[in-house]
Amino acid sequence: MVQNIIEVRNLSKSFDIASKEPGLKGTIKHFFRRQTKRLKVIKDISFEIKEGEIVGFLGANGAGKTTILKMLCGLIYPSEGSILVSGYLPYRRKENFLKNITLIMGQKQQLIWDLPPIESFYLNASIYDLDKFEAKKRIKKLSEMLEIDEELYIPVRKLSLGQRMKSELLAALIHEPNILFLDEPTLGLDINAQRNLRKFLQKYNNETNATICLTSHYMKDITSLCKRVICVHEGAISYDGKLDLLLKKLSPVKEVLIVCRSEDDAIKLENSNFTVKNKIKNEITIKIENNSITSSLKTILNNFDIEDLFINEPPIDEIIGKVLIKKDYDV
Amino acid sequence: MMFNLINRKIFTLLKVQYSNMLEYRVEIALWAISGIIPFFMLNIWTNNNLNESINISDVMLSRYFLCAFFVRQFSVVWVVFSFEEDSLMGKVSPYLIQPLNPFLRYFAQHLAEQITRFPFALIIAFFFFIFNPESIWIPKLGLLLLSIVSTFLSFLIQFLIQSIVACLCFWTEKASSIERLIFIPTLFLSGLLAPVVSFPEYVKSWIYLTPFPYLIDFPANLLSGNETNISGGLSMQIIWILLLFPVFRKIWSSGTKKYTAMGS
Repeated sequence: MVQNIIEVRNLSKSFDIASKEPGLKGTIKHFFRRQTKRLKVIKDISFEIKEGEIVGFLGANGAGKTTILKMLCGLIYPSEGSILVSGYLPYRRKENFLKNITLIMGQKQQLIWDLPPIESFYLNASIYDLDKFEAKKRIKKLSEMLEIDEELYIPVRKLSLGQRMKSELLAALIHEPNILFLDEPTLGLDINAQRNLRKFLQKYNNETNATICLTSHYMKDITSLCKRVICVHEGAISYDGKLDLLLKKLSPVKEVLIVCRSEDDAIKLENSNFTVKNKIKNEITIKIENNSITSSLKTILNNFDIEDLFINEPPIDEIIGKVLIKKDYDV
Repeated sequence: MMFNLINRKIFTLLKVQYSNMLEYRVEIALWAISGIIPFFMLNIWTNNNLNESINISDVMLSRYFLCAFFVRQFSVVWVVFSFEEDSLMGKVSPYLIQPLNPFLRYFAQHLAEQITRFPFALIIAFFFFIFNPESIWIPKLGLLLLSIVSTFLSFLIQFLIQSIVACLCFWTEKASSIERLIFIPTLFLSGLLAPVVSFPEYVKSWIYLTPFPYLIDFPANLLSGNETNISGGLSMQIIWILLLFPVFRKIWSSGTKKYTAMGS
């Protein structure tokens, strides 16, 4: 049985936020008497993540997904509740725990700006107590996986964003962590660089069985990597489960564009008992429920003279967008 | 084994930071030049014959201020500014989840900068001797070694004081403004502007209880061969380090609990 590597129970986090009234009066008042209010950004959440799982954290800006990741990796202390990651309390930052994890934040870099990435790699290798031989071996392996070579010897400031991100990944993975916390890893990357990064993460997961917790606003990152998603809405979990199930629930019908041989056939189809969305000459768009798509298409092909047909998946961003603004999804 | 690992970490940190500092060699040369305050002070002292009042010859005073320049060059600390910037920009976050205290990075950065600064400081000293040939002297080997140790201890005291202030970034976003409060007594009481011996007796009696005279005055007197209480000075430096280190550890541990990882 696969073990839980992350266990979160009734976790909450509050921050003291300074509040100031607008205008000069508010500024003067704020100068003499600071007012703060306590904001609960994470509200009593619980979940478990199994070893080797890739879990996507979804949520609108400010929903609290990054705060959750920061607590999981031990960067910030929780206000209430408990977290156990790989058997450790993350916020204690024990050496063995830190050697097991990594955190990658899109566009936040740990590489030394004026030196080639290779220098940062060797520095990280010594921080994680790797000897030179082992470091060399891992740099070679990871650079092959990430398809970077000459870039290793060019000062970081001269690298493109994509090359820099690959180097960041290599620096963050040189100690071969078991758990990866990735906060918007593809932020600002072009489509090819995004795809390569996703390919790499999938390969890393396959080869090392590492657990990956990922936040991203690019739905492609989530759909191609994560089987499971945790949706966060205003600091609370609104959905935790399979991505497929969520998509099916939120989008129960598919749209099928049918091109008939003649307009007469289109009229015949329009008058049948299918739900028609629209009809333009011999082209007709109908809505079919997901669970009857095969049988419905069979009926159409058998009874009507069809030239072509296209099944349109509803845009995933649109579906996920619905989740981000809703408090609770019971699938 | 453990010692070897720590050694290797520090050595690699130093090596990498030295390579990084070499990228900034022009800036470092300018920083070295910008540290010539002691020479201005020397000029003021000698032009106004102020040294007569404290029974120090012109030559000894020249040597004192040259040594003050050297000590300052190798004990200057700016960790509060680096840490504050990194903290505000969210750069501290990746360092915090590595099995190495982030302050060791800054420590290595400072040491690497000092190594880079060394040749520039020598060039400035060379020009100083050209204009003040009567000040040329060769310090005794023993005193030279002790003054190197003392300068390093002075650096440690300043590094710890600034690190403590830097940790206040966890509570206030502008810890560097608190550092300004420490800069003023450092400037006046450390011996950078005037040897502490020139201060009135009643002021001296309490200045020596603070860490300030051990930052520049004591190592500079040691190097220049002026009369000074060597064991007393070194002991005070060590006592201050032993007092400041646990304070730093405590404030660091409390601060990281308050860390909000803003900017990241």
